[in-house]
Amino acid sequence: MAAGAPTPTEYVKHHITNLSYGEGLWTFHMDTLVVSFVLGLFFLTFFILAARKATSGVPGKLQNFVEMLVDFVDESVKGSFHGPRNFIGPLSLTIFVWVFLWNVMDIIPVDYLPLLSYKVLGLEYTRIVPSADINAPFGLSFTVLALILIYSVKGKGFSGFGKELLFHPFGSSPFLWPANLLLNLVEMIAKPISLGLRLFGNLYAAELIFVLIALLPWWIQFIPGGVWAIFHILVIPLQAFIFMTLTIVYLSLAYEEH
Amino acid sequence: MDLSIGTLIGQAGTFLVFIWVTMKFVWPPLVQAMEERREKIAEGLAQSDEAEKALEKAQLEADGIIQEARKKAGDILDQANQRGNQMIDQAREEAVAEHNRRVEAAENEIRQATNQAREALRERVAELAIAGASRVIEKEIDAGKHQEILDKLAAEL
Repeated sequence: MAAGAPTPTEYVKHHITNLSYGEGLWTFHMDTLVVSFVLGLFFLTFFILAARKATSGVPGKLQNFVEMLVDFVDESVKGSFHGPRNFIGPLSLTIFVWVFLWNVMDIIPVDYLPLLSYKVLGLEYTRIVPSADINAPFGLSFTVLALILIYSVKGKGFSGFGKELLFHPFGSSPFLWPANLLLNLVEMIAKPISLGLRLFGNLYAAELIFVLIALLPWWIQFIPGGVWAIFHILVIPLQAFIFMTLTIVYLSLAYEEH
Repeated sequence: MDLSIGTLIGQAGTFLVFIWVTMKFVWPPLVQAMEERREKIAEGLAQSDEAEKALEKAQLEADGIIQEARKKAGDILDQANQRGNQMIDQAREEAVAEHNRRVEAAENEIRQATNQAREALRERVAELAIAGASRVIEKEIDAGKHQEILDKLAAEL
């Protein structure tokens, strides 16, 4: 945190600035990368520990919990994707738990970790909610776009996918090809952008509201802060779930003929 | 909102690695364990159904056997009672027969003894009569001559 008493504008601005390394488009937001990586490691260690000890006998508490999540994700995938699930399953589980953990970081009071990293590591800026940095959701959603392309080819073949791009939705006449292609490309690019923006928008707005609440006098903060946190507890898993479900839906649309 | 391609690509790369790790080390063992457990439970339920049926069958069989045994026991008891009664009857008959036989034998003996005594008495009376008569008549009477008369007298006694 900057020295001296910051003005409200400075305070808010400080809270929405990433710890950057590099210049221009090739900037790396170190805080986003590190926090999301640590959260991902946490997720994987937790689940690998459970998976290592997984038994078909009576499951322990950890296994029970992990199995509940796996079963929940598997059921969600089964609901809309009718193909082999050995990739989509792990993909959906990763998305759900990882995004959930990103979002959970929003519950930690806004000044705790930035202050800690400033005092201990001397870092000027620290944003701890990866989903409130547009690059993290887009990193996921554009990977999903790549998977959509792969699954389109895998499900329909090159010619089938090409035909779909050129012939739908208006018709197969060569005069309509440009229009078809244009519309399909817009639709295609709209998917990852809307997917990423939805998550980003929700979490960014929520983070900003927490920051604004932090500007209130200390003795009143707990009332709006508490109310907002309780509401936000609903949003956190919901956004993770929506991200996962839409990914499954996009991939099943890409994979199957329609 | 500041786009940073570096972060975006880094994030995507991390994502892919995480998916790969999940696919390799997390998903298969868990799903397999769950599937195996599902099968085990299904098997267990089927087995318990079978066991229940077997138990019911065994119960029926046992009931049948018990009933049969009970019937047999009753039969045996009846037979034993009958046989016992028979034995008692037989013993009673035998006892009565023995009793009668002994009584008869005793009566016969008594009769014989009576006859003997009577015979002996008769002889003694004849002698007495002769002795008495000989004393009255003194030597006049020849015992040989009058033997016939005396025997007749004795027979009349």
